[in-house]
Amino acid sequence: MNQDILVVIEHLRGQVSDISYTMLAAGRELAQSTGGSVVAVLLGHNSQNLAGDLAADRVLYVDHPALADFTPEAYQKTLAGLIGENQPRAVLLGHTTIGMDVASGLSAQLGLPLVSSGRSFTADGKFISQICGGKIMAEGDLPGPTALVTMVPGGYKPEQGQSTQPPQLTEASAPALEGLRVALKQYIEPEVSDVDIAREQLLVAVGRGIQNQDNLSLAEELAEAMGGVVCASRPVVDQGWLPTSRLVGKSGKTVKPKVFLAMGISGAPEHVEAITGSDVIIAINTDPAAPIFNVAKYGTTADLFDLVPALTDQIRQAKSG
Amino acid sequence: MNIVVPVKLVPDLVEELTVDASGSALDTAWLRLIINEFDDHAIEQAILLKEQSGGQVVVVSPNAEGVEDMLFTASAKGADQLIKLNGDFEDGVNNHGLARALATLLRDLQPDLILTGVQAHNDLDGSLGPLLAQYLEMPYVGYVSGVTADSGKVVARKEYPGGLIAEMEVTLPAVLGIQAAEQPPRYVAISKVRQAMKTAAIDEQEAATLDPSGGPTVSRMYQPEATEQATMISGSEDEIAARIIDIFKESGVL
Amino acid sequence: MPIRETFWNIPHWAEIGQYILAVLTMVIFGYGVFRRIRRWRQGQPERRTDQIGKRLMAVLTQAIGQFRTAQDIYPGIMHLTIFWGMVALFLGTAITTIDWDMTHLIFDFQFLKGGIYVVYELLLDVLGLLLIVGLGMATYRRYVTRPARLQNMPVKRLGRDDAYVIISLFLVAITGYLVEGLRIAVVKPDWAPWSPVGNAVAAVFTALGDPTNRVLHLSLWITHGLVAFTFIASIPFSKLAHIFSVPTNIFFQSLQPAGALAPAGENSETGVKEWRQFTWKQVLDFEACIRCGRCQDVCPAYASGLSLSPRNMMIKLDTHLWERNGGSSLHGDVISSEELWACTTCRACSEVCPAFIDHLTSFVDMRRHLVIEGQVDAQLQDALANLGRYGNSFGQSERMRAKWTQPIQPKVKDARKEPVEYLWFVGDYASYSPSLTDITQKTAEVFQKTGLDFGILYEAERNAGNDVRRIGEEGLFEMLVEKNVAVLDKCAFKTIVTTDPHTYNTLKNEYPAENDHTVLHYSELLDQMIASGQLKFTKKLGYKVTFHDPCYLGRYNGVYDAPRRVIEATGCELVEMPRNRDKAFCCGAGGGRIWMEEGEVKERPSEARIHEAANLDEVKVFVVACPKDVTMYQDAVKTTGQETRIAVKDLIELVHEAL
Repeated sequence: MNQDILVVIEHLRGQVSDISYTMLAAGRELAQSTGGSVVAVLLGHNSQNLAGDLAADRVLYVDHPALADFTPEAYQKTLAGLIGENQPRAVLLGHTTIGMDVASGLSAQLGLPLVSSGRSFTADGKFISQICGGKIMAEGDLPGPTALVTMVPGGYKPEQGQSTQPPQLTEASAPALEGLRVALKQYIEPEVSDVDIAREQLLVAVGRGIQNQDNLSLAEELAEAMGGVVCASRPVVDQGWLPTSRLVGKSGKTVKPKVFLAMGISGAPEHVEAITGSDVIIAINTDPAAPIFNVAKYGTTADLFDLVPALTDQIRQAKSG
Repeated sequence: MNIVVPVKLVPDLVEELTVDASGSALDTAWLRLIINEFDDHAIEQAILLKEQSGGQVVVVSPNAEGVEDMLFTASAKGADQLIKLNGDFEDGVNNHGLARALATLLRDLQPDLILTGVQAHNDLDGSLGPLLAQYLEMPYVGYVSGVTADSGKVVARKEYPGGLIAEMEVTLPAVLGIQAAEQPPRYVAISKVRQAMKTAAIDEQEAATLDPSGGPTVSRMYQPEATEQATMISGSEDEIAARIIDIFKESGVL
Repeated sequence: MPIRETFWNIPHWAEIGQYILAVLTMVIFGYGVFRRIRRWRQGQPERRTDQIGKRLMAVLTQAIGQFRTAQDIYPGIMHLTIFWGMVALFLGTAITTIDWDMTHLIFDFQFLKGGIYVVYELLLDVLGLLLIVGLGMATYRRYVTRPARLQNMPVKRLGRDDAYVIISLFLVAITGYLVEGLRIAVVKPDWAPWSPVGNAVAAVFTALGDPTNRVLHLSLWITHGLVAFTFIASIPFSKLAHIFSVPTNIFFQSLQPAGALAPAGENSETGVKEWRQFTWKQVLDFEACIRCGRCQDVCPAYASGLSLSPRNMMIKLDTHLWERNGGSSLHGDVISSEELWACTTCRACSEVCPAFIDHLTSFVDMRRHLVIEGQVDAQLQDALANLGRYGNSFGQSERMRAKWTQPIQPKVKDARKEPVEYLWFVGDYASYSPSLTDITQKTAEVFQKTGLDFGILYEAERNAGNDVRRIGEEGLFEMLVEKNVAVLDKCAFKTIVTTDPHTYNTLKNEYPAENDHTVLHYSELLDQMIASGQLKFTKKLGYKVTFHDPCYLGRYNGVYDAPRRVIEATGCELVEMPRNRDKAFCCGAGGGRIWMEEGEVKERPSEARIHEAANLDEVKVFVVACPKDVTMYQDAVKTTGQETRIAVKDLIELVHEAL
């Protein structure tokens, strides 16, 4: 039993996902209250290079062909072994498609307590979880001896979990990964031609304030730079500038993205009722009295024709830099 | 194929949630319960599988206010057997406790496949599916948005953010955490539900003493500060842009 | 003395032959009618034999008088001339038969002689000409002007049926005149000028002389007989069947209020899945359709480019009834779900139908099947699930229902806690829609300022279910009724006043009538208060406005004048749109359409309506009296770019302003 914080790094097809860095930042905060160190756990096959920018005191790396891609069973077996050997104070996993597949199983297998939807930790080491669709926060002492925690984004910035200093890498051996009952058959790429805005995580929405069809390219460039999709409120679709499949609102689709960037949208109720499921709404509208600001979490009255090109530039720079 | 779908009711987020006097739990006085939306998808997926390749669907739920209506609705959709698990659920039970109680029951039912919602919004001790899988020593795959049955195994389509799908071959018996059924849950006319109330029977089973160990203890519950009005960002275009990018990053989209 | 030898120039064998043919024709005709009646009787039972007097009066005015048919001028005149021409010729033949085969045969007495005879000849000659004029109009219309509503025939072979009717009628009339002309040419009676058409035809043939004309006369007499008998025998087998199916349909029309839909009854578990589940009257409806297409012309769904045409629905259903071996299924093969969901239940179709077909009951019965099968689109499914769970389509908590009352002082009475004179049934849209809060609050203010003793049900009110029922979700409708009735039963009040005409309709016509209370739409209440002096205005607004009749207020319940009187009392000048009162064009929201995905439309009905209003000179305000209309038209003025041209206002806003 020690005071270390294990952070299970998530990666998909050669890319470390943001939640991993968020968790490293969370792990750092928690380690300060427990007095242990932050240990990143990286499972993979020929994946050492992914450890490069992890802000951890050390990286525990397990290499096995069965770990090349995520499968719940192989991950759980491997992690169970590592947790048993290391006996850390806490293990952080993503509250994600990967972390959630193994966290509960580990809890039941190892008899260790589990906290889910953790968003942040207090200075004295309590967990704060965000539940009920973000409407309720629950706080409590981190259970022992080893607490498993699945983490949601939002409590820490991913950059805090990145480092330019490559961490120390220790290789650990994999358990016997045979007789597995879950096997990855293949990946199926999402269809690119046909966007379903109801499923997109990042939407750039344009309204009447975009003024004409030519200006639509501003939104499209921004969306492309940040990997999002352009959608629109009714006036834009009615003009035929975008297909109906991109319509957000009463007669169009209801969307639930992580970020909904509303540009030149006044916020008619027919539109608003279809976007309230968004995690974060950012509104750009020169009219400070526009009702969209009543539902948006952030807003600005800057002119979108000035702001959007600046935004696109900065994102491109951030990506290339 | 014998499919069992454990489902549960959760607080309806349409109602304003409030914290009770103890400050560490939801005020149940105003709570309206509703089927966990992912469980609703699990029922639909089970019925789709039954329609495609035969078998039977058993829906199991711990007792709560409104559970009969929910079970009869499942029956109207095509569930063959309804089980209500009675026990000490009034003050709520965590998933560890529920999974232990269900595991005992489910062992007797000998399912080939257990489908359940990948999560519920009020889960505080992890999701139910992997706990069940572990107690029943079955494999688990979550975030599934489609299942194809094969002999002795199923192919589950696990969906990653952005739409990438991993096809996982899972040996039966197994537990799958359903994110979305292949088709949205069907509409069931009220007259059919009323019909089910007359014809379908709910089998009541007693749960053993609940053992909730494995979940955290909450010392304080509160509502996050409401944002009535947007936080306005001002400054030069570049400053505003920089702040927006920060927000993107905080939200995990960049 | 003027008289005609009935069988002049007709040999005895031909005379006998005619009687044999007549009997044969009657047999075929009788079989055809029997076949149709047998088909109707395969439908479910339904009682339609009350108020015989009223029914006979309807037949007199609408089947014989044809007032509704005549409302559309050209086809109206066309139909009336053909109809009266045929009636005259038929009666003429009947009179001859009585004269010759009864009075002459039995009593050796003929009344068709002398003055009576020449008047008879003159009338018949002229009325027969009317028939030819009418047929000419029909031919011109069907094959030259070709109005859109006669095109787009879903069952191609029916085009032959249409042509057959015109051709055979022409043949009957022309051969008749030829026979008459030839007889006159040979006999040359003194009174020939009394048959002006026959006399003119005779002038052409006189030159041929005898015996050619006698031979021609006989052969044309035979042709005329064959054509006429074939025509009569074919009546029940062609569209001419409407000669008896339409009067029958008019006789058996529903005398219930238009707003009271029949419950699912026997079909509550399946809806109408196959045609035998329709009632016999619905089957008769399908057969009564004469394909005139007036319904299609007024249908908002058809006008917006959706696949529904009420006329085509009737044609397809009628054709389906006669299919052999039940080859195709009603749902899918014959009627698509898109067609059924496109209907706004505005009732414009039934209102113009000269055959008094009740399209909507059949549509709703088929929708009931779709609902039972779960074939509803995602948006509608959400709305229905919300209505089931929360009692409103907005998916909001019932505790938010009266949130709009918060700033109102003094507090709006809770009708559950104290007796009130007027129980205001606010409705979903007025309660929950953020864009309507202001209007709903103004309504309350007007009520308060006029000293009205009123209260609301607060969170106990549920959607009244009017449109839920028209969606075909009968079980949910029943559930909503149960819940509303349970709370209404506990309240003490005299009158229910509603904001929403849809709510008004179902509360007034479909809720159990046990309670002794009246139901008023707020426009009726305002009208009453103005008349009694309880509501007085201090301002004359002086706007030039137009008024949109809500379907469920106007066509369904006949409330046309109350809102107009209120508008005028506020000092506004009312200018009518071309389509007003019972001809008002639906906004497109009814029958649950407001909850559905819109589908591919050319022009939304609401947009067409705004264009109609914008074409009225100087009209600046589009007045509505339905919360859904406010939503629909505020949207439509934006999408049509008429925001600056015309403003959408609720009636209550005018009242509030003029107080």
